[in-house]
Amino acid sequence: MKVIISLGAWLFDWLEAVGRAGIFLVQSVCRFPVRFSESVNLLVKQLYSVGVLSLVIILVSGAFIGMVLSLQGYSILAKFGSEEAVGQLLALSLLRELSPVVTALLFAGRAGSSLTAEIGLMKATEQLSSYEMMGVDPLRRVIAPRFIAGVICLPLLSLIFSASGILGGQLVSVGWLGVYDGAFWSSMQQSVHFDTDIMNGVIKAVCFAVVVTWIAVYQGYECVPTSEGIGKATTRTVVLSSLAILALDFVLTAAMFGDF
Amino acid sequence: MRSKRAELLVGCFIVLGVAALVYLAVQVSGLAFSSKKDTYQVVARFDDIAGLTSRAKVSIAGVTVGSVESITFDKELYMALVTMNIHSDVNNIPTDSSIAVLTSGLLGEKYLGISIGADDEMLKNGSEIYDTQSALVLETLISQFLFKAGDSEK
Repeated sequence: MKVIISLGAWLFDWLEAVGRAGIFLVQSVCRFPVRFSESVNLLVKQLYSVGVLSLVIILVSGAFIGMVLSLQGYSILAKFGSEEAVGQLLALSLLRELSPVVTALLFAGRAGSSLTAEIGLMKATEQLSSYEMMGVDPLRRVIAPRFIAGVICLPLLSLIFSASGILGGQLVSVGWLGVYDGAFWSSMQQSVHFDTDIMNGVIKAVCFAVVVTWIAVYQGYECVPTSEGIGKATTRTVVLSSLAILALDFVLTAAMFGDF
Repeated sequence: MRSKRAELLVGCFIVLGVAALVYLAVQVSGLAFSSKKDTYQVVARFDDIAGLTSRAKVSIAGVTVGSVESITFDKELYMALVTMNIHSDVNNIPTDSSIAVLTSGLLGEKYLGISIGADDEMLKNGSEIYDTQSALVLETLISQFLFKAGDSEK
């Protein structure tokens, strides 16, 4: 009986948290200043810290993942005598699956955690309450630009990841393993379709971006304002967003590529 | 107080992202922005198309001259009706040319190959190629081979 009661209580808590997070998100996005100059002012700083600073890790990991995929793919495809298909393998696996997912995971670790820690520390040092006292809405001033910057950055980063991965893969397969350059690109171009492959990857990245940044800003805003609480909230951001990305990826993949 | 440096870097970041999209579109998916070439439609009926899909290429002498627009089932003749778009600058295909479903490589994708005939009349929009060869289905080939092998033993 106790177990069932606690199960019910857990479900209620969970639903309440989701509801609160939803209201929080809608409020902060709706209150974002419509005036162009003001919103750009707020956004640029966040775009810098969320996007530009994540660029290096995305470029480097993209290149390495492309290189590893080429090596692995080549060693298997060479058994069937179709080494040229490594271009197709590389492009499809990057565009459809790896680049949105891995970028989102890296983004959760690199940018999501720092968003949570930053907002949590603002709460702990009572900056958020002082904003309120000055009559400035913290949702509008602090949360909204961070959320919107995250949603803009992640799809761009994912595209950069794909491009960097394909170039890295080309370097290994053409430059090192000796796959014929023309066949590499033509097998890729034949199999990759702009709307089904590239755009679906972008849609995935946008969905992940919303989820990851939402979790990050909400965890920061709702954390217990102590040093321990901030630490826990940061961990929770990374864990929850990673799980959410992987679960959501399955759902999205089933919806996009599931009809055989 | 926002620094010019941050603005510049953010601008570069967005340009880089858009450049990545354009790169993927052009180089990786082979999307050509001027690909809306003038084409004319030709149809052909096949007994068996075995894995041919729309957007597959149509080639003459191995050079791509068009693509498959749609594949439908002809209810009266029980055949596959393939509609294809051929580039308008290739306007000298004789009407008695034959068309076959071919495979690129051993396990590659299916495409259509046109072998040129000798007629004076040329294909134009809406005309049909009557001389068609179906796809080579591996199972049929193997079973024929096995039957022949069985016969020769007698």
